[in-house]
Amino acid sequence: MKYTEEHEWLDSDGAVVTVGITEHAATQLGDVVFIELPEVGREVKKGEEIVVIESVKAASDIQSPLDGEIVEVNEALADNPGLVNEDAEAAWFFRMTSPTAEDEMGAMMDEDAYKEFVED
Amino acid sequence: MVPFAGYAMPVQFRGVMPEHLHVRERAGLFDVSHMGQVVVRGEGAATALERLLPVSVEGIAEGRQRYALLTLPDGGVADDLMVANRGDHMLLVVNGAMKHADMDILRADLPEHEVTLLEDRALLALQGPEAEDALAALVPDVRAMRFMDVATHRWQDADLWISRSGYTGEDGFEISVPLAHAEPLARALLAHDAVEPIGLGARDSLRLEAGMPLYGQDLTPEITPVEAGLGWALQKVRRRGGAREGGFPGADRILAELENGPARTRVGLRPEGRAPMRQGTMLYADPEAAEPVGTVTSGGFGPTVGAPVAMGYVPAGTTGTLWGDVRGKRLPVAVADLPFHQPRYKR
Repeated sequence: MKYTEEHEWLDSDGAVVTVGITEHAATQLGDVVFIELPEVGREVKKGEEIVVIESVKAASDIQSPLDGEIVEVNEALADNPGLVNEDAEAAWFFRMTSPTAEDEMGAMMDEDAYKEFVED
Repeated sequence: MVPFAGYAMPVQFRGVMPEHLHVRERAGLFDVSHMGQVVVRGEGAATALERLLPVSVEGIAEGRQRYALLTLPDGGVADDLMVANRGDHMLLVVNGAMKHADMDILRADLPEHEVTLLEDRALLALQGPEAEDALAALVPDVRAMRFMDVATHRWQDADLWISRSGYTGEDGFEISVPLAHAEPLARALLAHDAVEPIGLGARDSLRLEAGMPLYGQDLTPEITPVEAGLGWALQKVRRRGGAREGGFPGADRILAELENGPARTRVGLRPEGRAPMRQGTMLYADPEAAEPVGTVTSGGFGPTVGAPVAMGYVPAGTTGTLWGDVRGKRLPVAVADLPFHQPRYKR
């Protein structure tokens, strides 16, 4: 598992990268009431806002952590957005393929580094 | 904590959703000391205030309060407030962000009266079905108070100025307390099993479900009280044909709108999907329309309703379905009655 400064977690099986938000981010957001997911097949750029999360407090965006293509989204979140608050590490948002995944993820924070990042 | 009107205010303690639900089920304590408490003292203060407020101030019996609006010459709203008759003075409770502007208006227009913005009292709100039990544990006499009563009750060696009112749609109290006693009183209330501290986030979602306007969003200098659906606050005696008709800023426009109806009105809005429609969402008559017909002025998720709720301005008479532009998509939203949550006051 790798982590971004935007509080996303990335899990790669070598071909496909699964992306979600961290427990820390879910706690900061508060109770999630609505999630808008990208369309499967969409070509995305790193940094592009592709998911909208609305909590009781406010709307936030999630950016694509990589250049690539969305290959699957977690439809269960659309029906039950509260899953993010119940278990953020299990409530994945989308899966993507990316030609640069291996290189980019190599430079991302591991769990210990992310914990330090959040504490600072 | 966020800055607001010169105060550091908590957005949430345990979380907006659980805090909101706790107020509806038990009782919540809000620190609303940022609000302005203004004493108007002197012979004929009630009569003089009718030059500024379109409500029957003379008709407020001692020990009672009433919702009122500070109007502008063109009919817009400078602030909304509570005005109480406390015997030897009138007490106004005004919005924190507007209190200094309100003081300028009050001082200019009431030169023969003593107008004082109190700096030595805090304001706590205790709201929810168990608010009476929690406050009565400290001040037993509050059980006898009815909705919109005001009274002074002694706690320890302090005079508490208590009103049975609030901004949540629940039964409850607002308690003006000398600064030195504010923290001890807050701690004593929080020690009650039913009471939790509540932040600004839940204060906003509670008042939204209760259909209450927020000054600066749903009420502004560009919106008249009649457009805002607050005509009920203007008693007959101040309307056309009444014994003390008009005589307040904007009376011509406001009284005409009361008789003929306004061009636009504040309505409730129920987005049909799950996506909240927040402040600033433009409303369209159909999915392709080029020009909007209205705007959302407050919107979010209603924890008690269990769905997104909003309020906004649309042409008078609009019913049925409108389309809100949410991030470039037109989503259906039903025009609905306010409030979304029926108030439970002790009348």
